[in-house]
Amino acid sequence: MRTIITVIGKDAVGITAKVSAVCANRNANIVDITQSVLQDVFVMVMLTEIQDLNCSFKEFKEDFCRLSQETGLDMRVMHEDVFDSMHRI
Amino acid sequence: MLNLNDIFETVQMIEQENLDIRTVTMGISLLDCADSDINESCRKVYEKIVNKAGKLVKTVSDIECEYGVPIINKRVSVTPISMLVAVSGGDPVLYAKALQRAADDIGVNFIGGYSALVHKGFSAGDIELIKSIPRALAETTNICASVNIGSTKSGINMDAVKLMGEIVKESAELTKDNNCIGPAKLVVLCNAPEDNPFMAGAFHGVGEPDCVIHVGVSGPGVVQSAIKKCPDGDFGEIAEIIKRTAFKITRMGQLVGNVASKRLGIPFGIVDLSLAPTPAVGDSVARILEEMGLEQCGIHGTTAALAMLNDAVKKGGVMASSSVGGLSGAFIPVSEDAGMIEAAREGTLTIQKLEAMTAVCSVGLDMIVLPGETPSEVISAIIADEAAIGMVNTKTTAVRVIPAIDKKVGDELYFGGLLGSGPVMDIDLKKSPKRFIDRGGRIPAPMQSLKN
Repeated sequence: MRTIITVIGKDAVGITAKVSAVCANRNANIVDITQSVLQDVFVMVMLTEIQDLNCSFKEFKEDFCRLSQETGLDMRVMHEDVFDSMHRI
Repeated sequence: MLNLNDIFETVQMIEQENLDIRTVTMGISLLDCADSDINESCRKVYEKIVNKAGKLVKTVSDIECEYGVPIINKRVSVTPISMLVAVSGGDPVLYAKALQRAADDIGVNFIGGYSALVHKGFSAGDIELIKSIPRALAETTNICASVNIGSTKSGINMDAVKLMGEIVKESAELTKDNNCIGPAKLVVLCNAPEDNPFMAGAFHGVGEPDCVIHVGVSGPGVVQSAIKKCPDGDFGEIAEIIKRTAFKITRMGQLVGNVASKRLGIPFGIVDLSLAPTPAVGDSVARILEEMGLEQCGIHGTTAALAMLNDAVKKGGVMASSSVGGLSGAFIPVSEDAGMIEAAREGTLTIQKLEAMTAVCSVGLDMIVLPGETPSEVISAIIADEAAIGMVNTKTTAVRVIPAIDKKVGDELYFGGLLGSGPVMDIDLKKSPKRFIDRGGRIPAPMQSLKN
């Protein structure tokens, strides 16, 4: 299963590192990253493979919830199929 | 990888525009539970529901977590209970209580199907069930009742119309200490669909498989935001925007339905592609109509705007799903829609205008609070008018009105949750339709040719 992690918020040092660290800790493989800074707003989309997670999907999601609160950035973890089904015919 | 804009569009729809799956409803046939002993029959009903839908809430919550899509309600619809009453006899309220126990144990929000289909006449069990509806709704909290009193093919059963006016009133009386909540869980239908996942009119039709999963989508906020981005577009452009948005919303419903069906091992039925409002800000159908250029919902132009919206939603959604059904269209429940509540409070939205709107929307007069003094024959007459619109236009129409006992025009009722709150609306009670309603009998089915 693959998930898409989206991060939006004020740009700061180390955002990508923190997000990647969570993935590494939980054994999620990062397949692709796209990021950019638009007028001081940091946006990142990360595609990860999570079939070999060392925890439940819920815990993985909670990690990002915590990180989101710590950093003040908006983070979401969603199944890739949601985007596929909505935007591809 | 997917386009960055597409990804953020989806995230924004969910985060800011209240996109959600309104309901995943499991339809369960109870025909094999019928027994001549009512207690035995109730036991089988309870066991079958718990057996089939025991994992529904957990499975759907897991999907919600994994996919990151809010799924608001988990519900069950069952075979019209009047059919079981026909076999078992006895007090139908026992079935309501068995359903309530099942709802409590499996954790679903509502079970629909305390219903009778009497569009051509009453058969065994129908009258008993209908007469027990007020008690059943007063003594349970999560059970919904519905009665189909007319159809395009059979006409309108005016005896049932008369009876239902009395039942609605009695139901409000019995729950007057609890905001008259009874009739908020009771809907009177014409041309009722057998696969509707939305309450209060959901029941599992006899033509359906033993067990099936239906999904109801929502997203008025998403449509409103999309139209907002095109302030000067003509109606061709607006219709395109609505279609495109409805397509995306429905795809989400189709995905959730497929996954739920696979995980539960139960066939997937239909996606009901409805725009179902909630009292939350930014989740209103009235606001879509206002975004199109009406100063307030309810003024002249509202019917045309709603007709266009309803049609475009269907056109967009049909291609997005393998099977579309249920009610499918835009709902206009007054107490559940922030924009409509406001328009009703200010007097812009009247019951007359709402009736006109129901000729082009997906259901009917929904969640409308009436003065407590409204006599039952007036409620019956409202039902008859609404059923006539549905019968002649070959569409589903429904009436869910709440007589607010001891309250007058301008007062409000608060139901809470998704049912919202609504002002008591003004209604003309000076002249009576009693002699018309008392006639009884059946209004014959309309011509299906020579349409003008």
